[in-house]
Amino acid sequence: MSGPNRISRRDFIKGTTAAIGGFIAVTLGVPAVAYMIDPARKPGGKESSVKVGKLEDIPVGTPYPFSFTLTKVNGWERTSTTFSGYVLRSSKDPQDILILSSRCTHLGCQVTWREDKQAYICPCHDAHFNKTGGVIDGPPPRPLDRFPVFNVDGDGNLIVLVKEA
Amino acid sequence: MFYKMYLWLDERLGLNSLYTNILDRPEPKGNWWNTLGSASLFLFLLQGATGIFLTVYYTPSPDHAYDSITYIMNGVAFGWFIRGIHHWGATLMVILVFVHLLRVFVTASFKYPRELTWLIGVGLLLLTLGMGFTGYLLPWNQKAFWATTVGTQIAGSVPFAGEFILKALRGGSDLSALTLQRFFMAHIWMLPALLVALIGVHLYLIIKHGESHFPTKED
Repeated sequence: MSGPNRISRRDFIKGTTAAIGGFIAVTLGVPAVAYMIDPARKPGGKESSVKVGKLEDIPVGTPYPFSFTLTKVNGWERTSTTFSGYVLRSSKDPQDILILSSRCTHLGCQVTWREDKQAYICPCHDAHFNKTGGVIDGPPPRPLDRFPVFNVDGDGNLIVLVKEA
Repeated sequence: MFYKMYLWLDERLGLNSLYTNILDRPEPKGNWWNTLGSASLFLFLLQGATGIFLTVYYTPSPDHAYDSITYIMNGVAFGWFIRGIHHWGATLMVILVFVHLLRVFVTASFKYPRELTWLIGVGLLLLTLGMGFTGYLLPWNQKAFWATTVGTQIAGSVPFAGEFILKALRGGSDLSALTLQRFFMAHIWMLPALLVALIGVHLYLIIKHGESHFPTKED
């Protein structure tokens, strides 16, 4: 019964043990990894409309701050996050509106408009942005983000479309 | 190349002699009943691994414990799978450890020179039951709450020291957030640390003495 291709009892046991062990490791390991990284694979990007205020109350020429709070379900909890931005009207034209996010494009701190310096200043790394969001100096890689989609409803309210991260 | 790497490691770690002493040691003729200890060890490691994964989402607070487990079961990919293994593995481990004890008793394997192995084994059974008792509270549902109420009340019926034991177990006179927190602590740190230490000594003794022969008719 001993040909050249015959495997010994010992090698058979070793092979079987390795195969079963490998099978258990894979059936356990793959779900475990999927379980760990699950929150990163959940879809986001829900859109919501935010009412900023009456258009007639927003001054022309100076950035007008606004903020809004969005609630998101994270796991077994609801998390409220406050976002803020600036509305800049260059003229009376209801379409001539620039809406900037006040989230610094460097590392996410909140920028504030300083009338005396005519700049948005980020407190974290002293970055300066000009009135339309362009970078004057500091580390930010790009201008302030914009909310490009907005409209004015029948009651004269400025509505901004916001997309969640 | 891999063989060379293996030789390099072996020269420094002594892998070969480790293998010979631990996995290739001579054994008396046995049967499947002799595998229950290894099966218990495997389940312990499995419980450890799935338990670590459960703590990714589980929160030991009365406000969130139940919700976080509901989330593991319904909201996370394979959460039901990880928790299912931990749940059924726990029951199976208690059964296996106990049957392992019965086998050692029936084959008289606890006799000289293995008395210490036996005593430590009894400790391991008690710790396993402790893991079951503390883990049972963690889902913080009705069954968990009242089972722990009853369990700690029984411990509290000890004469004289009962009141003290009850308070020490519950972290106060009532079943509260403190109870959940300390049961969680015991379940994931204290009892596993003791288990690992005792399993280490248990395994060392088994390797040192080898397994016992089955008793023959003459014995």
